[in-house]
Amino acid sequence: MLLSVENLGVKIGAVQPLEGIGFALDRGEILGLVGESGSGKSLTALACMGLLGLIGGQRLGTVAFDGVVQDEAGLARLRGRKIALITQNPMTALDPVQRVGEQIAVVARLHLGTTPAAARARTLDLMTQLRIPEAAAVADSYPHQLSGGMKQRIVIAMALAGEPELIIADEPTTALDVTVQAQIVQILGQLVRQRGLGLVLITHDMGVVAQVCDRVAVLYAGRLAETREVGDLFSAPRHPYSAALIACIPREGMAPGSLTGIPGAVPSVALYPPGCRFHPRCPRADALCATTPPPQGAFACHHPLEVPHG
Amino acid sequence: MLDYLVRRVLLLLPVFLAVSVVIFLILHLIPGDPIDNLLKVGSGPEARAKIAAKYGLDQPLPVQYGIWLWGVLQGDLGTSIITRRPVAVMIGQVIGPSLALGGMALAISSLGGIVLGAVAASFRDRWPDQLIMGGVLLGSTLPSFWLGLLLILGFSVELGWFPVSGARGWASLVLPVATIAFGGIALVTRVTRVAMIEAASRDFVLLLHAKGLPPRRIRLAHVLRHALMPVVTILALRIGWVLGGAVTVEYVFARPGLGSLLIKSLSQHDYPVVQACLLMLAIAVMLGTLLGDITQALMDPRVRSALR
Repeated sequence: MLLSVENLGVKIGAVQPLEGIGFALDRGEILGLVGESGSGKSLTALACMGLLGLIGGQRLGTVAFDGVVQDEAGLARLRGRKIALITQNPMTALDPVQRVGEQIAVVARLHLGTTPAAARARTLDLMTQLRIPEAAAVADSYPHQLSGGMKQRIVIAMALAGEPELIIADEPTTALDVTVQAQIVQILGQLVRQRGLGLVLITHDMGVVAQVCDRVAVLYAGRLAETREVGDLFSAPRHPYSAALIACIPREGMAPGSLTGIPGAVPSVALYPPGCRFHPRCPRADALCATTPPPQGAFACHHPLEVPHG
Repeated sequence: MLDYLVRRVLLLLPVFLAVSVVIFLILHLIPGDPIDNLLKVGSGPEARAKIAAKYGLDQPLPVQYGIWLWGVLQGDLGTSIITRRPVAVMIGQVIGPSLALGGMALAISSLGGIVLGAVAASFRDRWPDQLIMGGVLLGSTLPSFWLGLLLILGFSVELGWFPVSGARGWASLVLPVATIAFGGIALVTRVTRVAMIEAASRDFVLLLHAKGLPPRRIRLAHVLRHALMPVVTILALRIGWVLGGAVTVEYVFARPGLGSLLIKSLSQHDYPVVQACLLMLAIAVMLGTLLGDITQALMDPRVRSALR
């Protein structure tokens, strides 16, 4: 396994916004990490990168890369080299006072030990592969001179520059136009297939998940709700929360006004309810759900949905 | 960039003219008359008219302004009404000590403040930060004249390391510079620290860490670089202040300086000297802002783009 995460949790001061997260990912695979805002997706990404220190957090549980369990110092050595991050908002992800080409090239110089000229050549090569027109001119631009989609490609190029084996992409398309979103998702998908990378794709867009992911981990309020193969999840969700998320995807032929959301909102860390954290919003909840946390497994639910026959 | 530089300098001309009008008018609107200081007790109106004519004070205001400005542009700042010496010479005598004091104080407060601010931000909420911020509190609240007196007592009277007063040689600069720089360092430290903490929380810093750059390099090459932008703005604004705002310190150390000359001539209604002093300060402020703007443009490509 390229990345395997067991019983991962995050503690920030007295609160524990994330607990009991486990998943595994192999080369050439895309794992979707889904859930509403506030469910702990980005924290999971930071924890896997060993970057919790930046927000004053502490990691619990184990993160193993290529079968080797890593402490924070180990993750720090892998950062940028073996594990790369693509963040949510390309508008703010780049240093505004540095030319973008330089921001890509520094990764190659730092991790591959290439000469400045070779790093520059590699930068232009990567940019061309990511279908950036006139790569040389763009490389000499500053971030504010580029469009959002272009900046996100720069961020992706930055992630690829150290020849990583694993990419964690935290909502890479959220801040982009719909037309550009599709391109970026397509680019990421291709990278995984062509280079045999592992990709953890964090998103709240179930449409994107259905399109590119192999497996999906559904997060709710800092816990795993369900981890399934993508086809199984969409054809037969077992956790009511997964089912509710899928029901939120607009479909062809839907009657106008029939698209529903999930009533209520994800509770904040201080207000996590006892028992199953989804029970206040769950149509299937009963007294047991309010007191006892559900068993961990492929789906964490006392009353899972039945598998439809045939 | 060169285009911007030329435009920015040309823009100073109308500002200079406006400032000169204001400086000229303010003085003539203040009640009181310098001739009173020159007249012997019991002189008649003829003597008064004679003196007024000698200094051009009997002309209409626009004519007086025209004469004054024409002289200023040629480097002739007029003659002092009280001392009867050329103003340019009087300014020339004090501008050196003022520049030395202000320049040294500014250089030391920039350097010290940026270093201390960066250290405080790096050790945020731990003891080095608390120690530095304690010093900052002291530096921003201690009145400079009192601090100056304390330093004289300690280092000149007790230890005898530096002269008590005057402006002879480098040794006489140490205590006044220290007095001013103490407050300056406090200000720059505070701004640098806050700006670094703010810059460190920006999104792109997270990505720099994710790229695997060494933390020290992120702090110095990226976070500090961003934090310096507001610091540069503050420093540029202080250039004018440092030249003329050292009056109390000049008094305490009995140093000649632009600030002291201004206050003294102001109390004597010595128009030409006051005007020249104010003009020097205004020019210092204008050059300071110009320098600040140019530095901003050099540091930030977004500013450069906005200029086109």
